[in-house]
Amino acid sequence: MSNLDIWLTIIFLGIGTFLLRFSFIGLVGDRKLPAWMTRHLRYVPVAVMPGLIAPLIVWPQATGGEIDPARLIAAATALLIGSIFRSVLGAIFGGMATLYLMLYLLG
Amino acid sequence: MGADMSRTRGVFWQGVRAGSPFLLVIAPFGLLFGVVATEAGFSLIQTMAMTALVIAGAAQFASVQLLVDGAPVFVAILTGLAVNLRMVMYSASLTPHLGKALTWQKVLMSYFMVDQSYGVSIEKYERSPEMPLNEKVAYFFGVISTIAPFWYGFSLIGGLAGSAIPPEYALDFAIPITFIAIVAPSLRSLPHLAAAVVSVIVSLALSWMPYNLWLMVAAVLAMITGAQVEKWLEARK
Repeated sequence: MSNLDIWLTIIFLGIGTFLLRFSFIGLVGDRKLPAWMTRHLRYVPVAVMPGLIAPLIVWPQATGGEIDPARLIAAATALLIGSIFRSVLGAIFGGMATLYLMLYLLG
Repeated sequence: MGADMSRTRGVFWQGVRAGSPFLLVIAPFGLLFGVVATEAGFSLIQTMAMTALVIAGAAQFASVQLLVDGAPVFVAILTGLAVNLRMVMYSASLTPHLGKALTWQKVLMSYFMVDQSYGVSIEKYERSPEMPLNEKVAYFFGVISTIAPFWYGFSLIGGLAGSAIPPEYALDFAIPITFIAIVAPSLRSLPHLAAAVVSVIVSLALSWMPYNLWLMVAAVLAMITGAQVEKWLEARK
């Protein structure tokens, strides 16, 4: 990861994100998206984010790619808190607290 | 005219009030991004440039994580954009309400279009569609006027604190936990759950692929899964 890589990512992600936001309100105008498209767009976050983090949870770099019970338990806790209580903050704090507790107990 | 102005100002403050509870989410999220980006090797200027240019937490976390993993730049950019694709939906659904605003207003509102400003505003517009255009615009700016400064400010604090945080705090795990927290509340719907499960299984199964391409494959398959399950549930009704 070079300095240039970081700047290119910042600039293109910035411009691209602005264009996504400006797309309809500024360019396309008052036309509806086709139903099949909104149907797919609805699942983009839930399709990208779990896939992105799954390998990080199962094979964390901090342990050199070894499966780590503390991190698995922390991830499961965050998932349970988030889905049962629908609380983003509760899941973050609960997950990190569990991680520290487990690292202390198991580490 | 004077009464009109003060009415608009009143609507602006309604927006401020409606947006302020979200500071409880934005502040720690911004703090975390500042810390994570600095830990990843971003300079303070780069951290703040990303926070100011992109203002989309989840996409920023995703791109930073991929750069740390050594993914090529185009993968980091495309993944960040994929996470932000939902903005197209937000933009489309705001257009009937804000499409006739002045161009500079639309440029600013697009820049400030985030989950919270969209969610709070559209809820208000749909409850009172007869609101005049200038009040709708004022409301949107009211909502974002608390959220945006907190996002910048707490990212800055996190960026300043970042390198002072020792590795025992296991911040490598802050991004996974944050993403779980963002996604988890939606998993009580069957199509979302199905999409998430496919995403996890495919990405683990294909993680041997170069350039983090497994993520693109997993995302596309998961998206199709979600859409198909939704269709299937509708047909069953």
